[in-house]
Amino acid sequence: MEQKKLAIIATKGSLDWAYPPFILASTAAALGYEVQIFFTFYGLQLLKKDLSLEVTPLGNPGMPMPMGMDKWFPVLGLTLPGMQGMMTSMMKAKMKKKGVASIEDLRELCQEAEVKFIACQMTVDLFELNPAEFIDGVEYAGAAAFFEFAGESDICLYI
Amino acid sequence: MAAFDQELDASGLNCPLPILRAKKTLNSMASGQVLHIIATDPGSVKDFDAFAKQTGNELMESKEEGGKFHFLIKKA
Repeated sequence: MEQKKLAIIATKGSLDWAYPPFILASTAAALGYEVQIFFTFYGLQLLKKDLSLEVTPLGNPGMPMPMGMDKWFPVLGLTLPGMQGMMTSMMKAKMKKKGVASIEDLRELCQEAEVKFIACQMTVDLFELNPAEFIDGVEYAGAAAFFEFAGESDICLYI
Repeated sequence: MAAFDQELDASGLNCPLPILRAKKTLNSMASGQVLHIIATDPGSVKDFDAFAKQTGNELMESKEEGGKFHFLIKKA
């Protein structure tokens, strides 16, 4: 049986949206898939050695708020300084309590399983990101390189 | 429950950690050996079934006992 392939494009750089690419990539690798994740735009934040990912309820009416906070804090309240940091700490505490892996752990599990991480060279240049701040083992390439793998993939996801 | 060679307690861990830990443990085992996995994540019941089907490792047993889920997987 030929090895299946999963190609993922990770475009988002918030704590909540960091999960789908790493969960799916690590699981697919455990199932025997060859996996590549192409990180572009804000998704490049997920490659930093020191992750400072946050969640924000702003512009996200679907986010469940603890203790009915959505009732007590209308949209303007959510823009108060410190609110995003507070929501992030609460989310991290909840994840820990529920046995959800940290992004650092999932990312490491992906690398152990030989998931290939590719950083979009164009966005690295655009945002003047420093590759020295990225974890080891990241490759740099462009859209054509992505299609070389994605064109042969069984599953291709844009996250 | 049938005999097993190794045990993995994945209690308290959530998706996808039970599967990832199981895969890692199976990697260190020999073909034909049996791994007993204990989990509390209700999603793991369908996940281990799907894991076995896709990897060719045999799911010999899957049951709930005392609020925990038990799986026996034989390495292919």
